[in-house]
Amino acid sequence: MNFPENLKYTKDHEWVLIEGNTATIGITDFAQGELGDIVYVEIETEGETLAREEVFGTVEAVKTVSDLFMPLSGKVLEINPNLEANPESVNTDAYGSGWMIKISVDNTAELNDLLDSTAYKALIGH
Amino acid sequence: MKDTALTHIHQSLGAKMAPFAGYNMPINYAGINVEHETVRNSMGVFDVSHMGEFILKGENALALIQKVTSNDASVLVDGKIQYSCLPNENGGIVDDLLVYRIDEKSYMLVVNASNIEKDWNHIMHYNTMGVDMKNISEQTSLLAVQGPKVAEALQVLTEIDLSAMEYYTFKKGVFAGLENVLISATGYTGAGGFEIYVDNKDAEKLWNAVFEAGKNFGIAPIGLGARDTLRLEMGFCLYGNDINDTKSPIEAGLGWITKFTKDFVSSEKFKAQKEAGVKQKLVGFVMEDKGIPRHDYLVVDESGNEIGKVTSGTQSPTLKQAIGMAYVNSEFAKVGSEIFISVRDKSLKAKVVKLPFLKK
Repeated sequence: MNFPENLKYTKDHEWVLIEGNTATIGITDFAQGELGDIVYVEIETEGETLAREEVFGTVEAVKTVSDLFMPLSGKVLEINPNLEANPESVNTDAYGSGWMIKISVDNTAELNDLLDSTAYKALIGH
Repeated sequence: MKDTALTHIHQSLGAKMAPFAGYNMPINYAGINVEHETVRNSMGVFDVSHMGEFILKGENALALIQKVTSNDASVLVDGKIQYSCLPNENGGIVDDLLVYRIDEKSYMLVVNASNIEKDWNHIMHYNTMGVDMKNISEQTSLLAVQGPKVAEALQVLTEIDLSAMEYYTFKKGVFAGLENVLISATGYTGAGGFEIYVDNKDAEKLWNAVFEAGKNFGIAPIGLGARDTLRLEMGFCLYGNDINDTKSPIEAGLGWITKFTKDFVSSEKFKAQKEAGVKQKLVGFVMEDKGIPRHDYLVVDESGNEIGKVTSGTQSPTLKQAIGMAYVNSEFAKVGSEIFISVRDKSLKAKVVKLPFLKK
């Protein structure tokens, strides 16, 4: 299992890539493995401003469904258009073509609460 | 938590394991979708040793089976199998099961793992006729080898002509060098194949022989995850989801295994239901809006009034479409009826269809 060091992580098993005032968000390799085959990613919050830990969408696997939580407060700027036709990208390329949303970073203080790769690995027992 | 005789093999193959009916069982190995396709297109092997097996012997074995099951077991001949259910006294279902006629005076009942104790006590309660009952569940291993290539691939392991065996028949004989193996032309996938019963001590030898025989046929181990998607595509009921202690076989669309040619537990209730009609029926549906139905989601009408509940649902790996089963008020049970599934905060459109979802 792979947890790139340039990313930040949350206890809800999301990854965050910070680039200036924008954050790209997806779910981790661990999360996609636990969910199994992903068949549908439903995100209908584009344009909405959501607080940290609010639900921004849901991910449906064959056997289970899971909510997706905002790792940071901000406005949902963009949804990955590739996921409509290729939800399995979340399984095959969790940190690449399987990204889910881009948001504005509204409160930089929240960045301090994100986990680095080492802390996340410890959290999941790797 | 109990292990099957093969749990260590599943672990060594890297299966994702989870507790199911008190056993540590493989949920998936390579992934549900790819395992599902393997069974539909070539062949896959399930360890379903958690299932329960009872042997009933004696002059009155048939009479007892007739009393506790809904189907008419008197039509069975030696080597024939019947799908049936055990009704309770309140018109619900204790379990669904398979009835094997070994000979005139001996039968095997195959029941769901989660219901072994409940079924045993229920049947025992009606055993006033001195039938000799034996629970061989703990010592019996069961492999379900399923898929269109199975008969061809496994033929090297036995002299029994596998391709000549009709659906819902069984034979006992030598298989993979093992004596007294019960080979049953049954399964829970709609993909064809066999279920093979052996003693626990022979399970690993059987597993290895089956994989050796299947190596040029695309054989793979399959977990309980794909077992569920495969059975749902066929519209097969899963006990605990689609049938339970409170639903009758008439409501569940199991009228075809409810025979009023004999008296059995709750038969009068079912007869009355059949004549008067039932309030709700189990139906299959496909999603027309995008979304996946799940167990216990509400079914509503166009105005949002509750009309039923989803019992099973998934994205069908073969059809690439979201499918499900639900109990709905009878006026919505007709094929083609428009229903809505309450998914989180939305009502998503769905349509009642004829089962099975997967047409031959």
